[in-house]
Amino acid sequence: MGDQNKTPVIEFKDFQFQYFSQAEPTLHDINLTIHKGEKILLVGPSGSGKSTLGHCLNGLIPFSYKGEIKGSLKIMGHETKDLDIFQISKMVGTVLQDSDGQFVGLTVGEDVAFALENDCVDLNTMKKTVQAVTDIVDMGQLLKSSPFELSGGQKQRVSFAGVMVDNVDILLFDEPLANLDPATGKTAIDLIDRVWRDQEKTVIIIEHRLEDVLYRDVDRIIVVSDGRIAADMTPDELMAADILPGLGIREPLYVTALKYAGIQVTPELHAGRLETLDTEQIREPLLAWNRAQKKQKKTEDRPVLLKADGIHFQYTKKRKILQDISFSIREGEMVSIVGTNGAGKSTLAKLICGFVKEDQGHLFYGQEDMSGWTIKERSEKIGYVMQNPNQMICKPMIYDEVALGLRIRGVPEEEIEPKVEKALKICGLSPFKKWPVSALSFGQKKRVTIASVLVLEPRILILDEPTAGQDYHHYTEIMEFLKSLNSQGVTILMITHDMHLMLEYTPHAIVISGGQKIGDSDSVEILTSEDIAAQANLKITSLYELALKTGIEDPSSFVQNFIDYERGTRRNESEAV
Amino acid sequence: MKAKLFDYIDRDNFVYNLSGLTKLMAFICLTFSVMFSYDIRYILFVLAVSFCFFRISEITFRQVRTMVIYVAVFLLINFLLTYLFSPQYGTQIYGTTHEIFRFNSRYTVTLEQLLYQVTKILKYASGIPLGMIFLLTTNPSEFAASLNRIGVSYKASYALALTLRYFPDMIRDYQDISLAQQSRGLDLSKKEKLSTRVKNMMNIFVPLIFTTLDRIELISNAMDLRGFGKNKKRTWYAGKPLGRNDYIAMLFSAAILAGSVCVSVFVNGSRFYNPFI
Repeated sequence: MGDQNKTPVIEFKDFQFQYFSQAEPTLHDINLTIHKGEKILLVGPSGSGKSTLGHCLNGLIPFSYKGEIKGSLKIMGHETKDLDIFQISKMVGTVLQDSDGQFVGLTVGEDVAFALENDCVDLNTMKKTVQAVTDIVDMGQLLKSSPFELSGGQKQRVSFAGVMVDNVDILLFDEPLANLDPATGKTAIDLIDRVWRDQEKTVIIIEHRLEDVLYRDVDRIIVVSDGRIAADMTPDELMAADILPGLGIREPLYVTALKYAGIQVTPELHAGRLETLDTEQIREPLLAWNRAQKKQKKTEDRPVLLKADGIHFQYTKKRKILQDISFSIREGEMVSIVGTNGAGKSTLAKLICGFVKEDQGHLFYGQEDMSGWTIKERSEKIGYVMQNPNQMICKPMIYDEVALGLRIRGVPEEEIEPKVEKALKICGLSPFKKWPVSALSFGQKKRVTIASVLVLEPRILILDEPTAGQDYHHYTEIMEFLKSLNSQGVTILMITHDMHLMLEYTPHAIVISGGQKIGDSDSVEILTSEDIAAQANLKITSLYELALKTGIEDPSSFVQNFIDYERGTRRNESEAV
Repeated sequence: MKAKLFDYIDRDNFVYNLSGLTKLMAFICLTFSVMFSYDIRYILFVLAVSFCFFRISEITFRQVRTMVIYVAVFLLINFLLTYLFSPQYGTQIYGTTHEIFRFNSRYTVTLEQLLYQVTKILKYASGIPLGMIFLLTTNPSEFAASLNRIGVSYKASYALALTLRYFPDMIRDYQDISLAQQSRGLDLSKKEKLSTRVKNMMNIFVPLIFTTLDRIELISNAMDLRGFGKNKKRTWYAGKPLGRNDYIAMLFSAAILAGSVCVSVFVNGSRFYNPFI
């Protein structure tokens, strides 16, 4: 698309932007033209400036975030400096990352109508437009629903409809996949694709989950790094260019697999999408690589540390949250708990921590029944880390924050200090001992919360979405850190819907769907089982699909080989450092 | 739980289907009419009317139980304190003394005082169900729309609606944070000394404030991006056009207000009804 009528809709020329609060410009020398009807993917690690670039496009810069602009940015031929945020919002519609937080109205209909209300559209026209637009995103039946009744994917559809009522020409999606489970994410990408084709919009997607966006066609990928444009090419060319790993962006797993097998990725392979990949040329080398991999021995089984036996739980009589959940977790394991939103994953974590009480069944810590234990007693054995560090941190200074749990327990100050220092050291925060929390990045704050839980020396650590909102670089950092904790003997349970995380870091996964356990085994086995994936809104890994496509006999073992190989190379890398 | 206190539940009945503007007007008129009059007969009449509307609106007792308990306690304290501080006020107003019972020379129980205090309690008791009906049957956005229609600036109206809208979210955040802090050993139960409990509460409020600030930044960006504040006026999706029932209800409540004033002026000659002369 877009080849026939090359009308530029967005033109950056020698564009530079510097926040007033910062010493250095965040964006340098941006020269970029986007044409009408193009579908663009904007990728880059955290702090690369990709969000800043997005804010420049939708007008939040300079209207909400102040700073100095040099050079020129034209949208639909108008210099943005001469426009206000309202005029820009008539041309560029933004779907923000957090669809929960941007839900302004009390019902679906009202939220979608918000922009119309502000334009003083009369009630009748408003109702008609809202109906028409919500029908496009399949939400037309739910106009009266409140945000609490909607799933994450549905809320996103509502915010999508909310910007489409303005009939904007350019749609900007800021990390549309961040809060969605894998299957819903796939549907979202499908929907964006459908609207792009049917409504002839220009679409810009900011996202770091490259592989998931490339599930559907994209015209160009623009890579932002250090505030500059590092690449601007088609997906096929980008996969062949081999620049992503160096920038801290994860390339699709199947591309990594090709590289492990020693295959030279060229634009002619059409590796931009798995669907278009030319399998003829890669079959032989891939099969050869797969045969060459040695099977790794299983480690011996250690004693069971946490056991659930027939757990039932419900908040009200009608809605059963958990039904007959049993599992065993062995000492030193790293386990993923996966499943759809609202399946009961978080409730399970709450039960283990003692925040809520099971109606039936028992939880055992080692041999002991935990039913008589209070939250406080459990917290000495089991630490719980919330998804959002801002919800946990309550002291202005890092040291005090980490020491809090011990101080509450009346531990003498001279015993606290070495313990805090140890926890800070494990979390790589020693240099920041005397720093205020506010000086830290999101990832570092996360570590502070982990340190503040570790200081109580729990044997089990439960983390809710440990890597949510993190780019590949920080993701790897956090996960390698957890891995090292794990190797020091801490048993780790993670609630997640990140399939990569599950596959690469947690050999054992428990799948919950509709309050029931539908899978409890090897992660590789689960992520290659189409049945479980469909039930629990997971996504089959692209490695498995690659194996199928190239006719590898035992696709699951191919996936396992990949994981083993990758762990091997990563270990070598870290040893080399 | 507490979050339910302000939860708006959509129902389909006469009261729910009235526009927010009508309900606001009716609430003001009826409350004012009972606040103005000290005629127990008229107040009983309005009380009966407000209980009728309460039934029609199908609000369940469960929804308002907490509120009812608070109000009852408040009324009881009010009743006792009124007597404690001015046991002879009724006699002053009505100008006669019908003594029933005597504790000492200051604290006597007179019919006049009894009438005065019962009247006063009934005034509150008839106003409060009206307030509950208004709060529980009005969609916050529609409420904002009505405020805007009677002349309050739409930004202020919307701010109010948003507060109501995000209140349950904040309570949810509070519960999450509180659980996470308890798991670090923070004790909020009654086992702990009050001073420590207050200090521990602070450890929940700090993160709550920061999460709320994050939320505010996000929501204000989302609103800016969709053109909030662009024009001097705006229309309301949730606003209901006034129907026949709205006019009837408004006329009815205006009549009650007028009735209250008329009873005072023409029947009683003052705001008080005096059966003792």
